[in-house]
Amino acid sequence: MADGKGRMAYGSDDTPESERSERAISHQANDESLGNGIMVPIHYHLMLSAVLFTIGALGVLLRRNTIVIFMSVELMLNAVNLSFVALARQWGSMDGQLIVFFVMAVAAAEAAVGLAIILMVFRNRETVNADELNLMRW
Amino acid sequence: MILPEVNWAAVMPSVILTVVGITVLCWELWMKEQDRKYLAWLSLAGVAGAALFSYTLWGRNESAFNGMLALDAYALFFNLIICLATGMTVLMSRHYVENNELPAGEYYALLLFAAVGMMLMAAATDLIVIFLGLETMSMAVYVLTGIRRQNVKANEAALKYFLLGAFASGFFLYGVALVYGVTGSVKLGEVATYISTHFSDGAGSPMLLAGMVLLIVGFGFKVAAAPFHAWAPDVYEGAPTTITAFMAVGVKAAAFASFVRVFLLSFGALHGQWEAILWALAVLTMIVGNLTALVQDNIKRMLAYSSIAHAGYLLVAMVAGGELGGAALMYYLVAYGLMNLGAFAIVVAVGKKGEPNEEFNDYAGLGFRYPGLAMMMTIFMLSLTGIPPLVGFTGKFYVFSAAVKAGYIWLAVIGVLNSVVSAYYYIRVVVTMYMQEGEKQVEPLSTRPALATAIVAATVGTIMVGVLPAKPMALARHSFASLQKPAQTASSTPKKDQAATSTPTATAPSKTPHH
Amino acid sequence: MTQYIPILIAVVLCGLLATLMTSASRLLGPSKHTPVKDEPFECGNPSSGSAWGRFSVKFYLAAILFIVFDVEVVFLYPWARIFRQLGFFGFIEMLVFIGILTVGLVYIIKKGALEAV
Repeated sequence: MADGKGRMAYGSDDTPESERSERAISHQANDESLGNGIMVPIHYHLMLSAVLFTIGALGVLLRRNTIVIFMSVELMLNAVNLSFVALARQWGSMDGQLIVFFVMAVAAAEAAVGLAIILMVFRNRETVNADELNLMRW
Repeated sequence: MILPEVNWAAVMPSVILTVVGITVLCWELWMKEQDRKYLAWLSLAGVAGAALFSYTLWGRNESAFNGMLALDAYALFFNLIICLATGMTVLMSRHYVENNELPAGEYYALLLFAAVGMMLMAAATDLIVIFLGLETMSMAVYVLTGIRRQNVKANEAALKYFLLGAFASGFFLYGVALVYGVTGSVKLGEVATYISTHFSDGAGSPMLLAGMVLLIVGFGFKVAAAPFHAWAPDVYEGAPTTITAFMAVGVKAAAFASFVRVFLLSFGALHGQWEAILWALAVLTMIVGNLTALVQDNIKRMLAYSSIAHAGYLLVAMVAGGELGGAALMYYLVAYGLMNLGAFAIVVAVGKKGEPNEEFNDYAGLGFRYPGLAMMMTIFMLSLTGIPPLVGFTGKFYVFSAAVKAGYIWLAVIGVLNSVVSAYYYIRVVVTMYMQEGEKQVEPLSTRPALATAIVAATVGTIMVGVLPAKPMALARHSFASLQKPAQTASSTPKKDQAATSTPTATAPSKTPHH
Repeated sequence: MTQYIPILIAVVLCGLLATLMTSASRLLGPSKHTPVKDEPFECGNPSSGSAWGRFSVKFYLAAILFIVFDVEVVFLYPWARIFRQLGFFGFIEMLVFIGILTVGLVYIIKKGALEAV
């Protein structure tokens, strides 16, 4: 495992987050085993991931159709997957990539269960609107 | 060969439950209608087998699967709590499933699969295994919540639980990603090492702290801590009562197991950062839970808010930390499990098919017509309030004294005040049973021996563990201490050495936390 | 950068070839429109209904079962990658994994979830 390599770049700990990541990347660029193509800086990936995650979270909070809410949740999970892949590259470890496999499997199982529940609700209530599902309050 | 380091003992209880679960699922397809009851007995046997196996493993302190799982007294203690919760739920369900015409095979199989997820969570020392355990548990419980497919309340409960649960999983996972990003590992031990070497001042970095907060959100949701508790009352009300009991005890125990393991083990060096957050969460959870429980008219909903309040007490123990706080938390989970399972079992007993009888009014006059049932319900309610000598009192005593010893005087004061408030709604049940007139008929317990067994067992446990707290508490202390001991890997240490190192502890469990 | 030049050449060549072929057929071939020819191609059958119609929810079950089994296959890839190093142990492990999936499949079939309704 090339696990330790990325970590070596982290000398002291009181440098700001952004600087530290940059150093980790420059360190990697010299590392033959990790390829030497053009690299998109890790911040870009993490930013994109954070933006996607936020869009997903806002979708859950703002949308009213339960299927759309569920789609937003899936977006959140996939945003996290993007983070994992980018960070796995940064650390030069396989862990992050393996995690993505597990998250994908979990998301698929979640989709199966979730859609079944939504379908069941629709059969009995003829609606999937979150606002109309208010049998229980307080 | 790059064989992973396999340690079957660590997963054996889960494997037993998985195999039994799959057998139950498949057996139902070929069995005759009237043989369905054997499914309950088979599940119970599986749970007993898993508990027994966990018991025989006692005293071992190893890590398994390349440090993804731990086989320590802490995990085994929680295995026993989980087996207690699952076993009692099976007993309660035996007639409930039949009377409500639930699909028995799926029901018991999902129950066992959920228990597997819980055990994984309790034993996991790797954030990803925790996530997998969490999802295994949650997915099974989502389905169980909505297993009464024609019931609109159950539908709604399942949908709410599922959507909010998946939402919280997203937060949890993002927290894992950020922690991985900073420390380069998802193994709790390596995260701890990284944090203690790089952030020895206890300040952390923004990314690490953000990850930690997201993990708190994820766990906070699963243990139903305010302000992440909004799902709990609806879900507890809509789910079948047996499953409500299972959720209130099992899910909470498993979530706390890994909550504590992650925060005390991995983020121990950042204690100063998260204790303030958990302090606030604990206070908010206690207050919200208790105040809202006051105005409920539905017993299940009242017990739901009460379980939120109890999550608050458990958080107090967690904030107190240290060996005392940790042991108090584990003891309290046993106490909470016993009295809550008992209370829900009574709710199951009072309910009938098509007539849930979950309102306070339905309990009126129960004390005269069914003195035994009412007396046991009284014991559970008094114990939940924290009246000595019952187990609820001892549990609260340990929790609050741990908080005081750790210097959190105010937390303890707020907790005690909340307990006083909680007396109102618990005693209200007793008052309704003994001082109001009512006509409700209850199907005699003699026709439901399994349920009766569960209720009596919970009663005996509530009294015994409360009167004789020393043994269980010593057990909890020993289990919690194993959390901080560095675990040996199974392959690197010969078996003999382990036996030698664990001799002082091997004699300790003369009595398991459940009976 | 230099290692990408062959790819660039391939992309340009493919583009040119495709443009050449389509424009040649347009320029040289006769162009006749009939109502039958303008219909979307549906395996030679006369097309029926709009493509945007609603589907019965029954298909949902088949689709979702497919997704679950499909995604499980993702775990075969890392396993296949180091199959030789894992040896017999890995083989047995994967048999157990596939075995559990098969039990799931048997359960689904026995429950009648795959019957055409």
